[in-house]
Amino acid sequence: MAFFHDTLLIFKRQVRLSLRMPAWIIIGLVQPILYLAFFGPLLSNMTGHHLPGFPGGNSYQFFVPGLLIQLGLFGAAFVGFSIIADWRYGVIERFRVTPVTRLAILAGRVLRDVLTLLIQGIVLVLAGVAFGMRPPVTGVIIGLGFIAVCAVSLASISYTVGLLTKSEDILAPALNMVVVPLMLLSGIMLPMTLGPGWLQGIARATPFRYIIDAMREAFDRHYFNTIMVEGIAVAVGMAAVCLWLASRAFVRENA
Amino acid sequence: MAIIEARGLSRTFKSRGRTVEAVRGVDLTVTDGEIVGFLGPNGAGKTTTLRMLTTLLRPTAGTATVAGADLLKDPATVRRRIGYVAQAMGATQGGTDPNCLVREELGIQAELYRLDPAEAARRRELLIKQLELTGLDDRLVKTLSGGQRRRLDIALGLVHSPRLVFLDEPSTGLDPQSRSHLWDHIRGLRGELGTTVFLTTHYLEEADALCDRILVIDNGEIIATGAPEELKRRISGDVITLSVSGDPAAAGALLAVEPGVRESSVDGDSLRLTVEHGEEALPGMLRTLDSQGIRLQSIRLARPSLDDVFLTLTGRSLREDAPEPAQPVAAGH
Repeated sequence: MAFFHDTLLIFKRQVRLSLRMPAWIIIGLVQPILYLAFFGPLLSNMTGHHLPGFPGGNSYQFFVPGLLIQLGLFGAAFVGFSIIADWRYGVIERFRVTPVTRLAILAGRVLRDVLTLLIQGIVLVLAGVAFGMRPPVTGVIIGLGFIAVCAVSLASISYTVGLLTKSEDILAPALNMVVVPLMLLSGIMLPMTLGPGWLQGIARATPFRYIIDAMREAFDRHYFNTIMVEGIAVAVGMAAVCLWLASRAFVRENA
Repeated sequence: MAIIEARGLSRTFKSRGRTVEAVRGVDLTVTDGEIVGFLGPNGAGKTTTLRMLTTLLRPTAGTATVAGADLLKDPATVRRRIGYVAQAMGATQGGTDPNCLVREELGIQAELYRLDPAEAARRRELLIKQLELTGLDDRLVKTLSGGQRRRLDIALGLVHSPRLVFLDEPSTGLDPQSRSHLWDHIRGLRGELGTTVFLTTHYLEEADALCDRILVIDNGEIIATGAPEELKRRISGDVITLSVSGDPAAAGALLAVEPGVRESSVDGDSLRLTVEHGEEALPGMLRTLDSQGIRLQSIRLARPSLDDVFLTLTGRSLREDAPEPAQPVAAGH
């Protein structure tokens, strides 16, 4: 089908461009690795005190799923800038004039972002292992699966807002306004159960909360429970909504 | 046979409560094998019309058939059959990614148009030779000179040998020599391949040198069409500029009734007359001025230029127009 052919075409192009400038992929990893190295050790003291919400085991097992989401939030969510740059070069218009399937222009990029995030995620998990984390392999695979789905959602929305606004001056604050509260409310650093009722209530409305909880369950070898089901439902649901919105932006008649 | 047939094409932009009518009811017909030029100042609606005809923008009104396919009902077929080269300046650039290699850009373009690898390689070799891009295969696009990059832009628009190619301001930003070479290439397209070329420009020399037919556009409407020579003859005329000692208006009134004089206007100290067949009218005018005792200080006869055509049609000179953004750049574009 033409869509798959075109998606692969765009995907290969994006990968080629990324390989030519690998700095960005490495920079994307810096933030979570710094948190792992400098914040992680603070957490290991907290598990010792058996605070509610922390699993009995290694604190990095608690922390790394959160860092993977943080990687996604700050990596995948900010890809929209590249499409604004491509728009300025005239590349987007040039593609749209060809018989290419317009949705492939989005899909090829998202695929590359998912691949980048997976590679970064594996590096992060290995760093966690270096700090003493011993997660189950199945758990890690499930965790990475969640990250891939989140990348689809975040990248799609980022590209959509980028394409619609065509302005870094609008995209940057818009992303920060969304990403920072999401990060704070998702329980990346510390479990939300530590917080007061009202905060937990707000956090319940954040999709990433459910996803992180499910990832922590996976890292803790609990694969079949309601938390996992909720997490999968939220992740997939979010991706479906984001993809639908993005397709509307990419397929419409006006650039 | 008409390769483009458009009726009533219009496009309105809404931005922050203001409505901009960028294109108002444009009718145009382009025959197979023509080189047609859209001539007009910045902001006249050239790029917007082009983007509508290339399916990048949906018209707010009007219909068109481009390369044998209905623009509104079958845009996919239109895209298969046309090439488009965006302008190198403006809100968006010519279309090449500075971080790609020249051969990568040509490669992906061929694949986007579904050319098989053998055909793609053949077209690539041919275009590189024709557009003088030899030896630049492995260069990053950002290392190319302005002229080379523009030729690459055009090569990308031609990869699939389209019958009809749209060039938006092909030589804006190029030095005179590159521009002249580019004109040769564009002429070659039609001469050797029979490609129909639809270009936009605000350069008079370009329209004069390249186009079989010109569509003069201003404020979103086509105000005249015809071959360059025909337009100059029909709409404008020879221009006689003279200065007299004394009031030029008196001389103006006197000469305005001479045979062949179409218009007269006073510009500061000089009198400007638009005259049919100026060379023949000149002796008569000199005699008239003489007989009335008006002393002539200087006189000059100029053949009309497209700028004169534009001036006659709109009261403004094409050269003096400052670039004005008629299209909003952000959402709604």
